[in-house]
Amino acid sequence: MTAPHLPISETRIHEKLRILSDAAKYDVSCASSGSKRANHNKGLGDATGMGICHTYTEDGRCVSLLKLLLTNHCIFDCAYCVSRKSNDIKRAAFTIEEVIGLTINFYRRNYIEGLFLSSGIFKNADVTMERLVTIAKKLRTEHKFNGYIHLKTIPGASEELMQQAGLYADRLSVNIEMPTESALKSLAPDKNMNDILTPMSYLSESIVNYTAEKKVIKTSPAFAPAGQSTQMVIGATPETDKDILFTASSLYKNYGLKRVYYSGYVPISTDERMPGIGTPPPVIREHRLYQTDWLLRFYGFSVNEIVNDEHPLLDTDIDPKLSWALRNPAVFPVDINTADYSLILRVPGIGVSSAKKITAARRFGKLDAQQLSKIGVSMNRAKYFIICQGGSFVNIGLQPQLIRHHILSLSSGKFKSAHSPQLTLF
Amino acid sequence: MQIIYDGTFEGLLTAIFDIYERKFNGVKIFRKDKITALGLFENHEVHSDPDKAARVLRGLKKKLSASTLNNFYWCFLSELDGIEDHILSYARYALSSAQPVEQDYGNASVLEIAQVARKVGREKHRFEAFVRFQEINSNFYYAAIDPDHNVLPLIIPHFRRRYPAQDWLIYDTRRHYGIHYDSQTEQTHEAIMDFDAASNRGQSTCIAIDTDEAHYQSLWKHYFKHVNIPARRNMKLHLQHVPKRYWKYLVEKQ
Ligand code: SF4
Repeated sequence: MTAPHLPISETRIHEKLRILSDAAKYDVSCASSGSKRANHNKGLGDATGMGICHTYTEDGRCVSLLKLLLTNHCIFDCAYCVSRKSNDIKRAAFTIEEVIGLTINFYRRNYIEGLFLSSGIFKNADVTMERLVTIAKKLRTEHKFNGYIHLKTIPGASEELMQQAGLYADRLSVNIEMPTESALKSLAPDKNMNDILTPMSYLSESIVNYTAEKKVIKTSPAFAPAGQSTQMVIGATPETDKDILFTASSLYKNYGLKRVYYSGYVPISTDERMPGIGTPPPVIREHRLYQTDWLLRFYGFSVNEIVNDEHPLLDTDIDPKLSWALRNPAVFPVDINTADYSLILRVPGIGVSSAKKITAARRFGKLDAQQLSKIGVSMNRAKYFIICQGGSFVNIGLQPQLIRHHILSLSSGKFKSAHSPQLTLF
Repeated sequence: MQIIYDGTFEGLLTAIFDIYERKFNGVKIFRKDKITALGLFENHEVHSDPDKAARVLRGLKKKLSASTLNNFYWCFLSELDGIEDHILSYARYALSSAQPVEQDYGNASVLEIAQVARKVGREKHRFEAFVRFQEINSNFYYAAIDPDHNVLPLIIPHFRRRYPAQDWLIYDTRRHYGIHYDSQTEQTHEAIMDFDAASNRGQSTCIAIDTDEAHYQSLWKHYFKHVNIPARRNMKLHLQHVPKRYWKYLVEKQ
């Protein structure tokens, strides 16, 4: 028998780590915030704080969790996925102990906030889900691990398993995968929307119920205290930004999701239904989607103000807030020294923290341009839309085309780096 | 006039006490070890005094919230040139005003203190992320840091919550002191050691003892490499999040 030919530095565990992190990395969620799991047992770790990015990859994404597939063996054949059954790739599987060993040892060295575990579906949904739950359970009970655990729930797994998962994990997610049912049908023949929405609604109800119970009985267990999230792949199929954002907004509304993640499709196959290998991933579009998501959650915008039948696509050259402002010149100029907080928040170049500072500081005296810029307002943008002490800046009136042109000519180059979900460039 | 203090927070509060008591005007406050042009101006050297410091603190507490006083401390830890003068000017403004001034971001010192405190807060958060422990003995973990601001005292509570059952030492190689946590007694104490430049990183001298350490470091590097998506490479963004000056103690950047 000849030994398999491995590079000397790559041991078996290195190889598994390579294959199974490679396959997991397209799942973009890396959040580690929002849990309240304290270290109560002098165990290892604590998940009470805000999320921490321990490092960033060379593509600029946050590394917070050890993100792994338990295995990339899969009986399904989703066209957009590297692990699909019909793809001729090397397969591997971790043992339960291996995943636990990596998690604990990485955590002890402060490399990570916890574990994000997902898996290809081997045998069937329940067998797969059970293995994931076992890992979470052992980490919590045998290793007194209080770090963050995010489990992917496998579509079609039993409610009983999901219920257990919720008791050991901080966050659970079921990926919606595609913005519309028809896209899902065409690319993921083994899946259907129902298998995805049913567990999502089960989780959403459980989270609500357990939270209510915990308010009354403090000692009752927490159920996925950091809530549930989902992800959809964008750019693999021809949906518009409007389709995507309407789906996202209904998920926030109907299932109480904490986050919807948008994963720009990185071409991995020659399937003709999707963009071919070598097509650059739609990073700017993805960034604009995240910015819009932000506007919906923190800036008081409703989805159809940003995208609608008339404007089904986000402008890739300028951010959605600026784009909205240019389409609604009648709202401006906004008087910084008198306008409502909610209106100030809508001015391009003013973020949440500047808006708060403005409404606090103006009680001491009217604010002028210099003070605004010190406070953190990006005057390059804001100046077209505001009046402050000392007057307004543009006497030409609001001419959307002109403003757009000016701002674009100033901000060249910025967009090359502008596709991280962590960035907010308003 | 130059007011010279010993570089402690207590010293800085005592300096404010002296300035008020002796009605000094037109002052600039300097840390003793930072002063370069001694003798050019009139100098007053402050002698740290816990009672005077406490009196200043009591006075400030009447006018300022706990979070602003906290900001003063964080700004002090920033070690930025001239920050003491902003603290003084803010304190003067608050003490002389009949109304609360904390939200007057139109005032240069009020804004500066808020912004520097945020900056220090950002670095604190960064080092809660960038500390990389190595296990140099069974259950003894060591990490070296080199932050711009003196954030070590600020990150300790975070690591106490996180690693109550491990023994650990975090050492600031720029300021030459560390903080050690003992899991038996659950106490932390300051550790002043002088590592020589060659062994500053703690790697060459200490590490060989635990062989697993090298194994996990190599697995971590391997993971870091493979979780990257080359098609999305964006070094500009990468550097913005992980500036080069922080690389030297990051295992994955070695
Ligand atoms: S079920 Fe999951 S792992 Fe399997 S092919 Fe579909 S997306 Fe990939």
